[in-house]
Amino acid sequence: MTDVMTSPQTELPAPPRRRKAVWLRELALLPALVVVFVIGGLVDDTFVGWSNIVSILTASAALSLVVLGESLVLITGKFDLSLESTMGLAPALGAMVVIPAASAGFGMELPAAAGLLVIPLCGALVGFVNGFLIVKLKLNAFIVTLAMLTVLRGVQVGSTKGKTLFNLPDSFTNLATTTFLGLPMSVWLAAALFAIAGWVLRYHRVGRALYAIGGNRKAARAAGVRVDRIAWAVFVVAGILAAIGGLAYTGYVGALGANQGSGLILQVFAAAVIGGVSLDGGKGTLVGALTGVLLLSSVSSLLNYAHVSAEWQGAIYGAIILVALIIARYAGGKPQT
Amino acid sequence: MTALPAGETAAGVVSAHGVGKRYGPTVALHDVSLTVHPGESHALVGRNGAGKSTLVSILTGLSATDTGHVEFGGEPAPPLSRQDDWKARVACVYQHAMVVPQLTVAENLFLNRQAGGGFSIGWKSLRRKARELLDSWDVHVDVDTPAGELSVEDRQFVEIARALSYGARFIVLDEPTAQLDSQAIERLFERMRQMQAGGVTFLFISHHLHEVYEVCQAVTVLRDAKHVLTAPVSEVGRAELVDAMTGEPGGLSVRDAASRESLEADAAEILSIDGLSGDGFRDVSFRLRRGEVVGLAGSNASGKHQVAETVYGLRTPSAGTVRVDGSPLRPGDIPAAIRAGVGCVPRDRHHEGLVLEHSIADNATLSILDKLGRGGIASPRTRFARASQALADYDIVAASAEQPVSDLSGGNQQKVVLARALIGDPRVVVLINPTAGVDVKSKEALLAVVDRVRAEGKAVLIVSDELDDLRLSDRVLVLRAGAVVAEHQAGWSDGDLVADIEGVELS
Repeated sequence: MTDVMTSPQTELPAPPRRRKAVWLRELALLPALVVVFVIGGLVDDTFVGWSNIVSILTASAALSLVVLGESLVLITGKFDLSLESTMGLAPALGAMVVIPAASAGFGMELPAAAGLLVIPLCGALVGFVNGFLIVKLKLNAFIVTLAMLTVLRGVQVGSTKGKTLFNLPDSFTNLATTTFLGLPMSVWLAAALFAIAGWVLRYHRVGRALYAIGGNRKAARAAGVRVDRIAWAVFVVAGILAAIGGLAYTGYVGALGANQGSGLILQVFAAAVIGGVSLDGGKGTLVGALTGVLLLSSVSSLLNYAHVSAEWQGAIYGAIILVALIIARYAGGKPQT
Repeated sequence: MTALPAGETAAGVVSAHGVGKRYGPTVALHDVSLTVHPGESHALVGRNGAGKSTLVSILTGLSATDTGHVEFGGEPAPPLSRQDDWKARVACVYQHAMVVPQLTVAENLFLNRQAGGGFSIGWKSLRRKARELLDSWDVHVDVDTPAGELSVEDRQFVEIARALSYGARFIVLDEPTAQLDSQAIERLFERMRQMQAGGVTFLFISHHLHEVYEVCQAVTVLRDAKHVLTAPVSEVGRAELVDAMTGEPGGLSVRDAASRESLEADAAEILSIDGLSGDGFRDVSFRLRRGEVVGLAGSNASGKHQVAETVYGLRTPSAGTVRVDGSPLRPGDIPAAIRAGVGCVPRDRHHEGLVLEHSIADNATLSILDKLGRGGIASPRTRFARASQALADYDIVAASAEQPVSDLSGGNQQKVVLARALIGDPRVVVLINPTAGVDVKSKEALLAVVDRVRAEGKAVLIVSDELDDLRLSDRVLVLRAGAVVAEHQAGWSDGDLVADIEGVELS
């Protein structure tokens, strides 16, 4: 102890309790999830049955990929509202280069593989433009991505003339229809991507750089992190993940509506924030974000089981998100500003 | 010019009696008394960290004093909650603008009282009142100009006029001349004399001692949070003033560079700065050899920080080169500087040094993440181990490397920043204000580390406002207005160095 001069309050180290606390906080939503399942079981036995759990997981898969992308952006201290539109536009463009003009395609009728390649490329391009505007031109992320959200939605509605795309190639729906060990491929894909991203965040220099950039951009720069390059790349990755999430969603629904993904960004943000990802950046884990997704999907399923009329589901769902945010605020202990 | 009041018994415009302030473990001001007499210009001088700004914040009602009390004209100062009463007594014109730049001069003058007691704002009468106010103090500024477009000089006059319009006749000027050219300074002094004649009293803060002699009648010196002297300017010589500001070298046990063996004559040159120019400095050249410590001294506006930041790549130079071991560094490229073996403690640990909410391990290893494992793998275990080693090496008091740095004291936080600068085993270490805002013991520990890495053969460039930090240097270069104006070999006297920094001739 060299600092004998200073007051004991500031000098005495806090007891080493943090390692455990971190894990507890990451799993803070588990009790809430249990409560939802207990209520669900009381409402209807089949809620806790395997088939409903598979259905909750399948519904979560698409959302979770977008949440994964958004969480990465949030950790670097920015955000991207346009992901919900990317979720619709990217698979739509991918489908339209494949399906015949009679089915509202472009008439190019490229092989399905090319269509599948267009999807992540489209997501990457959107993310690249967002990153350019926000990181390079230093425009405000809120208004840029809100405008981008509108632009992308408009492009999708315009190019499909507002029609829902049917007659999709099988390869476009395989993600949701092919199963392995009883679970659709989209669930396995989401699990794998979460595992990879989670590993990178914890074990790779790029992951640590994301946290540092979100925590204090200037300090990260002064420590030699290539802040702009990484922050920009994160927008590209988020776009790709949203595009793949859109494909998973298309497979789950079986068709591609012109409004696919519309309004989903609230759930994306809610899942991330409830799961402990800070809107200020620099904080949060993917385990937390994933439990946030599972909680929201379970609640959504519960509303169906409880026969809440479709007209009222929106209001109740929104209210539940508000309550969940309040609970997460006090469970997490810190302001979510 | 009004003469000083004859008797000391006359109530001062403002008098502080034994005021003091602590911020956590740091004593910012200790038992300071000060009386400013009506109609005088009273200079407040002292080196950075002497307690000037703390005293000003107490005198202007921005913070409460822990001890003692403040009086205005013999009456006790109003409570802090009654800011309007404070405004009627005192105002401070800061170095940085305290106007809303988008609003016009007229609206800024009457901000939050635009309607003058009425219900709606009468823009015509507002502008008329503004014009009358400025005219009455002889300030020639168009009231329709957005305040952000004013020159520094005009902005200061507008702020003074605004203060006077609240009824205050005691104005604190915080380094008003720092951003002015010599003609503007003359005009400011002329205006100050006119206002003095009109019954306004000034507390004048400046780093330029010759200005004190030009415009002030009395001077108060603070040093290390304490009051050193108050006297009529006519009775204090310049050398005496410099001595009062620097004082005796304190009880800090830092090895003076003069007491160690001088640098080996054949020590290899490791850092070469040639003709470096940039924002705030021009044509700076110097060399650092292995095991050499070079200090950069100067006022805040001298450009010393910018020079050091440019060496590390935090800023991009407009001309000149930085070479490490003969090979030039890419300008403005921090990763390149780190690869070439440059480590840096940035100027402000809160802004650029640390991610406060993150752990010591995350902070300490941030600049070597790419060196911890193959393919960029930086496992928590490796980071924890490296940081734990740093805790031991640099005497950082913490529960473990997992602890967030925001839990640490300022001194330990600064040690974490230093640990990060050194963790990649750099050949050149750039230290900017390495001991700012830390207590005496931490300061000794930090400087001991610097002395240790010097002995290991690293070259150290140290920029500081603190003479104690500079004492480690083999040479100290003094910058003024962006150019190197003097060089002092180890063993310099405090007075000589401070005189060079402040730009005064010792008579």
